[in-house]
Amino acid sequence: MNKTSSLPPSVARLIDAFAQLPGIGPKSASRLAYHLLRAPLEHSMMLADALRDLKARTKLCSRCYNITESDPCEICMDEKRDQSLICVVEEPLDVSAIERVRSFNGVFHVLHGVISPMNGLGPDDLKINELIARIAKQATSDEPVREIILATNPTLEGENTAAFIQRKLAASKVSVSRLARGLPVGGDLEYADEVTLSRALEGRQQLR
Amino acid sequence: MSRSRLYNTQAIILRRVDMGEADRLLTILTPARGKMKVMAKGVRKLTSRKTGHVELFTRVQFVLAQGHTFDVASQADTIEPYVQLREDVQRATLAHYVCELADAFAQEETDESELYELLANALQWLCSASDPQLAVRYVEMRLLTLTGYRPQLYRCAKTSVPIDVDAAVSKSIIFSAYAGGVLSPDAAKFARDGVALMPQTLNLLRAMLSQPFEALSALHIPADVHFQAERALRSVLAFVLERKLRSAQFLKQLT
Ligand SMILES: [Zn+2]
Repeated sequence: MNKTSSLPPSVARLIDAFAQLPGIGPKSASRLAYHLLRAPLEHSMMLADALRDLKARTKLCSRCYNITESDPCEICMDEKRDQSLICVVEEPLDVSAIERVRSFNGVFHVLHGVISPMNGLGPDDLKINELIARIAKQATSDEPVREIILATNPTLEGENTAAFIQRKLAASKVSVSRLARGLPVGGDLEYADEVTLSRALEGRQQLR
Repeated sequence: MSRSRLYNTQAIILRRVDMGEADRLLTILTPARGKMKVMAKGVRKLTSRKTGHVELFTRVQFVLAQGHTFDVASQADTIEPYVQLREDVQRATLAHYVCELADAFAQEETDESELYELLANALQWLCSASDPQLAVRYVEMRLLTLTGYRPQLYRCAKTSVPIDVDAAVSKSIIFSAYAGGVLSPDAAKFARDGVALMPQTLNLLRAMLSQPFEALSALHIPADVHFQAERALRSVLAFVLERKLRSAQFLKQLT
């Protein structure tokens, strides 16, 4: 028996819709719905417009597969950026995270996921073939790809995906690097796990 | 939090589900308490001290705090990270499968030290074995043996007539998951199901029952033998798991 069945259908429908979102349980969904019910009409209208535009106005950049309103996206079209340096990330949110730091001047490639046998996601479900094709296509341009930085998450799936792409590119002339995964800022060396510590050692930087 | 509510245990991480903003709910296998669900708070933040220690398929020393719904990871230290599984999708996929099997067979609040030891070995074999598929077959056989479903490979599962591999050189031997092992030619005529095994395949399956993995790992197994062994073991696992599932549903109806 559905808990929301005694509610007016319009309220129940919104609660059900909220409850589909990641990280939102039935309780939070109800709270959000009742908040909107009490809030001024403009709030709901703004939310409705934003939701409609989200799908209507956005698409994937045909070059980097980031989410964009114009194709190619702003980053791909930016002439000041180094098109020969591609940072490969799992999700569009990772692009925003790296952009916030402002120290990266290359371009991106968004995979839209990681290889995950548990979730039935294989290499063909991601934008890996698109990455290979992009490198091949760019090879004949005046700015061929020089380096790929694999910036997938330091999870098992992220590492697997990076290893897979690395192997795919082994025969190409492009140099492949993995995001140096050092020790977290504010962390103590003694608390670091073996994998992080050994990667931090591998990724050490020459100081002099 | 009082000290008495903390306790130590080793564990292998079988699966993880993201919860809320930065937490993860882990399914772990422990030697003394069997399968458990444990909350690891804040581990999706890169600054968490626990993050790297609670990744899938790592063997971990935990300090757990008793909680209302789930016990909570208070400390975690890696014992064995099985690094090779992170570098190789194929091996990682097999590790997923082996952990799913362990998850399906493991009981909660039960001593699972034998299963735990098998899984720890299995992950090690998957890291280092030249033929990781063989390691998986070996684990399947060991798992069936541990849980009381060891297939009958020396005598007919129906009539108890000894099955001689040499006598069967010209013929294939029928293996029936439903009957629980190999069948004599007479019994095979009435079998409800069956996988045909070559003598070499039966020999391999028998060796899995009697030999340590290290003794098998040097063997070169032809593809067709591999395929038959896989089909035979999978058919038993499917049969056993379906029965386990049905009994679980039956139990649910009773309570
Ligand atoms: Zn783009």
